[in-house]
Amino acid sequence: MPTLKAGRERSRGDARAHVAAVHSGKGQSPLLRITMFSLRHYWQAGLAIGATIIAAVLQLLIPRLLGQAVDQAQNILVTAGEGAEQALVWTAATLLLVSVARGLFTLAQNYFSESVGHHVGYELRLAFYDKVQRLSYSYHDRIHSGDLITLGLLDLDGLRMFFSTGFIRTILLTVLIGAGAYMLLTTDVVLGLLALSFVPFVAWRSSVAQLTLRATWLVLQQKLSVLTRVMDENLGGIRVVRAFSGQKHELGKFDAASKSALHLAHERVLVRVKNTSMMTFSFFAAMGLVLWVGGNKVIAGEISVGTLASFLTFMTILQMPVRQLGMMVNSFARADTCGQRFYGFIDQAIEIEDKPGAQPLAVGDGTLRFENVHFTYPGANHETLRGISFEGKAGQTIGIVGAPGSGKSTIAHLIPRFYDVSAGRITIDGQDVREVTVESLRRQVAVVQQDTFLFTTTIENNIAYGDPWAKETKIERAAESAQLHNYIMGLPTDYGTVVGERGVSLSGGQRQRLSIARSLVLHPAVMVFDDSTAAIDAGTEHRIRSAIRAYSSDRVTIIIAHRLSSLMHADLILFLENGEVAERGTHAELLAQGGRYKALYDLQTRPADDLDHEEAAQ
Amino acid sequence: MSVIEDDERDSASYPGQRPPRASVGSHRIEEEVFGKAYDPKTVRRIWAFVKPYRLKIYLSVAAVLVFTATQLAIPLIIGWAIDGGMVAGGNTTNLLWAVSAFAVAVLVNFGASYVQETQVGHVAENVLFDMRRAMMARLQSVSLSYMDKTEVGRLMSRLQGDVNSMQEFLETSVISVGDLVLLFGIVIVLLTLDPWLGLLTLLTMPILFIVRIFWLPPAKRAFWAAHETNSLTNGAMAEGINGVRTVQNLERQQVNLDLYDDKAYGNLQTQLTGSKFAQVMVPIVDSLTGISMATVVLVGGSLVLNGSLQVGVIVAFLFYIQRFFDPIRSLTMQYSIMQRAMTSGRRITEVLDLPVTITDKPGALTLGPEMDGSVEFKDVVFGYDPKRAVLKHVSFRVNPGETVALVGPTGSGKTSAMALVHRFYEVQGGAVLVGGHDVRDVTQESLGEQVAMVLQEPFLFTGTVLENIRYNKASATREDVIAAAKAVGAHDFIERLPGGYDSQLEQRGSNLSLGQRQLLSFARALVADAKILVLDEATANIDSYTERQIQKALEKLLEGRTGLVIAHRLATIRGADRIIVLQNGEKIEEGNHDQLMALGGLYSRLYNMNYASFDDIPDELVKQANARAAST
Repeated sequence: MPTLKAGRERSRGDARAHVAAVHSGKGQSPLLRITMFSLRHYWQAGLAIGATIIAAVLQLLIPRLLGQAVDQAQNILVTAGEGAEQALVWTAATLLLVSVARGLFTLAQNYFSESVGHHVGYELRLAFYDKVQRLSYSYHDRIHSGDLITLGLLDLDGLRMFFSTGFIRTILLTVLIGAGAYMLLTTDVVLGLLALSFVPFVAWRSSVAQLTLRATWLVLQQKLSVLTRVMDENLGGIRVVRAFSGQKHELGKFDAASKSALHLAHERVLVRVKNTSMMTFSFFAAMGLVLWVGGNKVIAGEISVGTLASFLTFMTILQMPVRQLGMMVNSFARADTCGQRFYGFIDQAIEIEDKPGAQPLAVGDGTLRFENVHFTYPGANHETLRGISFEGKAGQTIGIVGAPGSGKSTIAHLIPRFYDVSAGRITIDGQDVREVTVESLRRQVAVVQQDTFLFTTTIENNIAYGDPWAKETKIERAAESAQLHNYIMGLPTDYGTVVGERGVSLSGGQRQRLSIARSLVLHPAVMVFDDSTAAIDAGTEHRIRSAIRAYSSDRVTIIIAHRLSSLMHADLILFLENGEVAERGTHAELLAQGGRYKALYDLQTRPADDLDHEEAAQ
Repeated sequence: MSVIEDDERDSASYPGQRPPRASVGSHRIEEEVFGKAYDPKTVRRIWAFVKPYRLKIYLSVAAVLVFTATQLAIPLIIGWAIDGGMVAGGNTTNLLWAVSAFAVAVLVNFGASYVQETQVGHVAENVLFDMRRAMMARLQSVSLSYMDKTEVGRLMSRLQGDVNSMQEFLETSVISVGDLVLLFGIVIVLLTLDPWLGLLTLLTMPILFIVRIFWLPPAKRAFWAAHETNSLTNGAMAEGINGVRTVQNLERQQVNLDLYDDKAYGNLQTQLTGSKFAQVMVPIVDSLTGISMATVVLVGGSLVLNGSLQVGVIVAFLFYIQRFFDPIRSLTMQYSIMQRAMTSGRRITEVLDLPVTITDKPGALTLGPEMDGSVEFKDVVFGYDPKRAVLKHVSFRVNPGETVALVGPTGSGKTSAMALVHRFYEVQGGAVLVGGHDVRDVTQESLGEQVAMVLQEPFLFTGTVLENIRYNKASATREDVIAAAKAVGAHDFIERLPGGYDSQLEQRGSNLSLGQRQLLSFARALVADAKILVLDEATANIDSYTERQIQKALEKLLEGRTGLVIAHRLATIRGADRIIVLQNGEKIEEGNHDQLMALGGLYSRLYNMNYASFDDIPDELVKQANARAAST
């Protein structure tokens, strides 16, 4: 594939320039905006428009020439002689020439309008991708990833294709029908009206059909996605299905989903066929009328046979484009709705951005401070964090523990500014995280998340994800510290093994270890483990912790965990309850306090039945 | 901050270059798409699916023939109308006849096209759904050893992509019959109308054929490349969306945008090449049409002069030429569609032919609730790979109503033992008995009804909480479900969900915590009300609060049932009536907690290490404990 080579030939600023171009025109209606955007490719768009007009005119010349030829052939007996044959030769030559020219101009019309569409698609894609990457967590929390994929595939396509299927086709049909009608009506009004009589009917049916099909297509897609889900869950949960002898039940679910989709698919076939058959019929009916009335006119001596023939061929030429009128109407409707969604997405404000004049974070001794931090999730009606304050110096470990929903993970997400605090502030070496550039901040704060996303690439590239320039030794060292190296070396192609959706699958614990290695490569000033060792056994976790300590002792480490053995050794432990620090101190201090922490500790270290007895005794 | 040279990130020192260890999306080429255009074996299999609808197919083939005939007739009628006295001062009788004939042709054309398209459309849709159904049904009984090895995604592409290309093939193949007939029809009509003029006009046809033969292979490659780069670019986009949190976490936005740009730009190039190949045929076809028309005009004119040809025939010729090249175009396209369909057909057949190794014996017993509920392993030998046994001559018995804990380090064969009770796999030696019957002698369905299973990873289906708990126990009422949820302590959190028992679970229950999902799967097993419960305890760390609830629920679940539990938690293990210690596929110790502690073997060593869970114990420690156990 030529991707990389092609990439190097372009200058680096291109992508940014394309993205900026897509953002311009805010506030315009989607149709105007995409038209103006497409016309930016002015020479290709210009060629496409010019070629379309010329091709349409040439198209109209052909019935004329054919009619002329028929008349010349008929009159050849009457006017027999050199001149008549000469005229035929000329007509034939012109026909050939016009046909070749028409072919070339149609080629230009199609190619250049598609080319504009492809270029527009390329630019829209870049802008879309860029926006996805830049919108903050709170946006991605709100929106389903499937909806975003639809936006980037279908809506983008609807917009991209507008130039060729909407704009250019409008020009083509206007010239073809307009100039054609003028030619026909000036030749013979009655016959012209008859020849054009099928146009409004076909245009109407074709539009109705296209719009109905599109509406039902969306419904069908939904039904099919239900079907897909049933199949996917059945295969993914095959053990549950088998364990409960649920095969019949599953096939029942499948049949229900399948039947409803099939029913709609049948309806769609009917809509399509009914309309195409009716369109063909109305076209032929008009042709029959032209033949009858025209034939009578020929007999009455009002027009020549050639004129009649030219009317008939003109109709055949017009047939296809008129049928496609529905597609044109659909293209407008589609581009409008797709455009509203797509541009709505592109025009959104990004919540977390650099302040004007923000400076990069300057890391000194590496002190992290939470100062009376409050936080409320967008749209939520209660505070998740209420007045959290603590300080961690380089080399220290802070442990955070608490029930689900107590706000532990939120603390992890506030440090690299995945969200902004609602009140209070977070500082690193005295700099408010909101005052420094996001990029520099995130380079210094690594969060090892609960769920590890694996990219479909080699293990090596996955570990080096945050620093793709990392040297091999660095990657191996990180993997060793994360206790993953031995496992990797056991794989057939060790660090070159592809993982992710289409590669080798890793267990939950392995994924978490990979995620830890990923963060270690970055050598951050603040490292946050957000319940990221839950799937790793205690022994391995212990070894990871010792390895990390040896790796570097100059960072603040925050460990969020359910398992107390993961954070007992911390210099400071915060016990969170309903977004507040309920207890704080070292492990020993907290045990001595005999409060909630102690109760949790007992729960985790003593068998449940003992506790039940205690409860019963109380 | 200490500065270690190696640890500095050096992205800034290579401006304008792509980093060496980065990519977006995958680079994998998709599966083979084009195969032989005709493969009799596959065709026979496809035909088996079409056969139930064969009357409709015959009908539509007949309709397509009629349709084609009217298509052929229309220019003839026009020509005939012109030659039948359509001159100034001629008579209108002939014209009347011609227009009547035209009207008939048009009506027949309308009816035939309607019949043909609806029939073919419906059959193609039906066949598509039937094939998918057949594959699904097959996959329900294919042995798990196959399913273990196969990616769900790969199967899904067969259930969707491959059936779609079969549908396309069916829809177009009837039309192709029409095209073929039209092609021959035009040739015959033209040669009959005037052999010389016909021959001259038809000369352009082989030219187009030859051009297309040379054009097709590179064009197909170009179209395929365009298709492939497009799906790779879309794949990279999907990855960017799904992994956006990691991308922002690790600050990869700029690098990714550049890499994505490379992909999207590469795609732009292949799309443009594809367009060029598609459009280059337009002027060729138009020029050939022009040549044919010029020939008719020129040669036809001189034939008229000779008196051997009438003008109406010329008009008919001109009409035919307009339609001349359509069938050639669609027929050559049909070739690619056929190739694709054969490949898809072969892949579909592969799924349909997957071996079903575990089937009910003829005359298999139905295991009823009156059986005693015992489970017995008699000298069981089993391995996924027959050469490497996972269980080696394991024998034990679980008495009715008893709870037995299976413990042992990872890889000791616990999970396999559990799967055998359900006959997910076939033993290689010995036998597994449930209620005194060999599991091979009873029907799988009745076995599933009497043996409930809770897996380590709770799996929930899309649907309501109620539907998930009830699952396939259709006889369970809403009250039964609520009672079960109450029993396992899930009722409270279910009631707190926005719709209570009718709230919709998001994909795989992602709106619930792991512990909550676990409780739902317990409730599901309770509703199933089987005599025997096989349970694989979760190893993942659940928060301590839920953990307590789960322990209590487990007790509830085991009440009055025979239980075989793969236990990880000490509390569960201690609560069992009997403990069986497995190691490397062999049973090494058996007894209750006190007995095993007194024995001083592996169990007591592991227990004394005071880990909260057996699975937490690092491998080295297990080895040490083993060594010590062996030496005493």
